[in-house]
Amino acid sequence: MLNFFGGAMLAVEPMNFVYNLRYMGLGMLGIFIVMGVIIGVTLLTNTIFSGREKEEDDE
Amino acid sequence: MEVLYENLLNISWQMVVMWIIGGVLIYLAIAKDMEPSLLLPIGFGTILVNLPMTGAVEPLGQLFEAGIATELFPLILFIGIGAMCDFSPLLSNPKLMLFGAAAQFGIFFTLCLASVFFDIRDAASIAIIGAADGPTSIVVAIKLGSKYLGPIMVAAYSYMSLVPIIQPPVIKLLTTKKERLIRMQYVERKVSRKTRILFPIIITAIAGLIAPASVALVGFLMFGNLIRECGVLNSLSETAQKVLANLVTILLGITIAVRMQAEDFVSYQTLLIIGLGLVAFIFDTAGGVLFAKFMNLFLKPGKKINPMIGAAGISAFPMSGRVIHKMALKEDKENFILMQAMGVNASGQIASVIAGGLILSFFSNLIVGG
Repeated sequence: MLNFFGGAMLAVEPMNFVYNLRYMGLGMLGIFIVMGVIIGVTLLTNTIFSGREKEEDDE
Repeated sequence: MEVLYENLLNISWQMVVMWIIGGVLIYLAIAKDMEPSLLLPIGFGTILVNLPMTGAVEPLGQLFEAGIATELFPLILFIGIGAMCDFSPLLSNPKLMLFGAAAQFGIFFTLCLASVFFDIRDAASIAIIGAADGPTSIVVAIKLGSKYLGPIMVAAYSYMSLVPIIQPPVIKLLTTKKERLIRMQYVERKVSRKTRILFPIIITAIAGLIAPASVALVGFLMFGNLIRECGVLNSLSETAQKVLANLVTILLGITIAVRMQAEDFVSYQTLLIIGLGLVAFIFDTAGGVLFAKFMNLFLKPGKKINPMIGAAGISAFPMSGRVIHKMALKEDKENFILMQAMGVNASGQIASVIAGGLILSFFSNLIVGG
């Protein structure tokens, strides 16, 4: 069957939404893990270098 | 005489539609100042490649193969974007990065939704439109070999410029007046120069170790930021932010037009992609706002977060941060949340690239030439 533009109609597969929900879960989990690691390392870097910079300023 | 008009007979109605689309893009770029450095070359290029028997397709096709199929243009553009990004508000309050993560929800939701209509490689490419991040959209679409690069590009860059129109109603729908009036105390913590220099290097290393598919995107973005922060390459940083970024954007725009030929673009799928891109963008905004509301359930009064800042966790930097700041000022003239919104917006830049990398990791078996 052709659509208005003369091309083939899209095949609609509603169950694909359900099958691919795992990517939504994995994706959100993955992004929170990566950002969590970045937050941790940034906090650590901030702590290390702000302390050292204060010492350098004092000297 | 026949030579003069025979080409006119080759004009099709689809070509006329594309001229109109090209004209609209040029109008939006000039009259409405919407991403002019990109929409103007795309608009002009669209007209150029849709003239009957046009001779422009071949040279533009070669430029496409050299600069876009190889991902060079978007990656070089990322150096310029990285040089433009000031991560200081984020570094002084790293927890803001959580909102950048939450605001990627629309991407993964749209991946599921788009898979109802498209095969998974196209669905994944379409989903990235929600990041409001043009270069990431291009890289993901190219790597996964999507057939719809033209519509994806147009949608990604159009929504980037439509941030002030799309985000405010979504935010208002999801928040109460009382929530929008929440004031957030900004405690400025001094960020050492060493931290600002180490940050891009550390991010690249973490992204490379955890999400290796994102390392090219993150690496080029962070390289640009390192040029900015190192303090010894100021003229290079200026060049990357302005000349390099503008030059690559122009080339990117006109080259991408080769994928805007009538036979590929005037289709049912294009309309669907533009609609799905809007869904992705709306759900990204909603993801950030709802996450902030969720966090507020656990925070004491006085420490609560204005949920509007969650919406800035998208990649459109610094536009989204400014929009949120303006919205807060509209509600209360003395509510200044600019620094928090900018911090979240900067984190959205990083998070959207990582989201792109995660999607590439999920479908690494589909990567073209991979």
